[in-house]
Amino acid sequence: MNQKNNNPDDVLIKVRDLSFSRGSRKIFDGIDLDIQRGKVTAIMGPSGTGKTTLLKLIGGQLRPRQGAIEVDGRNVHKLRRSALFELRKRMGMLFQSGALLTDLSVFDNVAFPVREHTQLPEALVRDLVLMKLEAVGLRGARDLMPSELSGGMARRAALARAIVFDPMMIMYDEPFTGQDPISKGVLVELIHKLNEALGLTSVVVSHDVSETAAIADYIYVLSGGKVVGQGTQEQLTESDSAWVQQFMNAEPDGPVPFHYPAQDYVEDLMNGGQN
Amino acid sequence: MLWLRRLGRSGLNFFERLGRGHLFFFSILSGLPSLVPRGHLLMQQLFSVGVLSFLIILVAGLFVGMVLGLQGYNTLVDFGAEESLGVMVALSLVRELGPVVTALLFAGRAGSALTAEIGLMKATEQLSGMEMMAVDPVKRVIVPRFVAGMFSMPLLAAIFSAVGVMGGFVVGVGLLGVDDGAFWSQIQDRVDFYDDIVNGVIKSMVFGVVVTWIALFEGYDAVPTSEGVSRATTRTVVHASLAVLGLDFVLTALMFD
Repeated sequence: MNQKNNNPDDVLIKVRDLSFSRGSRKIFDGIDLDIQRGKVTAIMGPSGTGKTTLLKLIGGQLRPRQGAIEVDGRNVHKLRRSALFELRKRMGMLFQSGALLTDLSVFDNVAFPVREHTQLPEALVRDLVLMKLEAVGLRGARDLMPSELSGGMARRAALARAIVFDPMMIMYDEPFTGQDPISKGVLVELIHKLNEALGLTSVVVSHDVSETAAIADYIYVLSGGKVVGQGTQEQLTESDSAWVQQFMNAEPDGPVPFHYPAQDYVEDLMNGGQN
Repeated sequence: MLWLRRLGRSGLNFFERLGRGHLFFFSILSGLPSLVPRGHLLMQQLFSVGVLSFLIILVAGLFVGMVLGLQGYNTLVDFGAEESLGVMVALSLVRELGPVVTALLFAGRAGSALTAEIGLMKATEQLSGMEMMAVDPVKRVIVPRFVAGMFSMPLLAAIFSAVGVMGGFVVGVGLLGVDDGAFWSQIQDRVDFYDDIVNGVIKSMVFGVVVTWIALFEGYDAVPTSEGVSRATTRTVVHASLAVLGLDFVLTALMFD
């Protein structure tokens, strides 16, 4: 990692006063985030807190109601479509499902952005694709179709596709969800290695505390549209916020109640068939 | 007052969707030049939209023609005009039944498949994924399918009409004993190239554009869940069929007044 990456002021993604709603439901209510260049930043929180929405906002697929998101010094939502597309070529995104194109083989999926954006000769495309597939360990699976891949393999293939242009950053949307322990381990290792080897900036959105904490340099914890905690793993474990403690230690009850709001239990049972 | 509020809301939803549909149509039109370097995608789509609809069109055309032969003969024979069976079958097919029935079958076969395909691509984040790779899904996915639909429909309608005439011939001349010279020569004499055939082709092109547009929009606008995609597929068939029948009336009034 070069000297520049260790500069604490070197922020790649700056989120300021971000608010976003879906219908009448507020997803974000004035949040601020800084994502350091060259680091792995985790954004954690329970399901439904809008973690994926945040990635879509950063990628410019959704527009905020209020606030600004700057990526590499450029306000994503003020860019023209062509400039936004240029910026996206330097952003990789790994979707939760992998989002591989189902009618193309693994090889063609990884080659897809290259063929769309460049006129490189086919021999060069082949070399490039094989290098990326080798990096994720799927060079031998190049001829398989997405339907023949396991969930973990699909995510690795999608990862190869996301890094095919050596982007400046990658956003991982729930990379560990629904994976067996071996696949989880492989993905943790890959995210960590890619970040080191390519000097990438990684944003990992997840609710898998242990896997994410193992690779994250900095963690933001979101809940109820706000940032409820932030810091390194050590700082968060020592946090005095009951909320952060519940989340980091996976306690079933706490500030986030186990029970969905309901009337009194005994009263409800005694009600005798009447709602 | 509740019903008034509901009415207002569904009215707003309707116009909002109509607006989105038209914006979508304009984005397809502005994306048309992007098809030039992607000829292979058009070929693939011509296959899946056009060639795969071929069999149903062939069989339906044959039977519709045979039924026209039977029904037409029964009516015409009372007036001693069974010689005109050929021209009756040909005109019915070329002007009306060819474009309309083909468009209805096309909406059921190709339209529903397009909606389901695009809707599932949306539900599995493939379209979002493309956008994040800085590839415009309208240009890459929608435009080739649109152009394929636009060209396939008139060709399928022409095949439908041609096979239908053959069906009418088999029944009228083969089974019912109409003179085959009269059958063909009346067709040759009375079917006008511009008034009948060209107008029929224009009709089928319009239907092709409308059916494909509705199918693609429904898929692109679908709620990205399995229920949303199934609803969108149903809507494609219903809306496209109604649009075809409504437009057929308007076009017929304009063309054959």
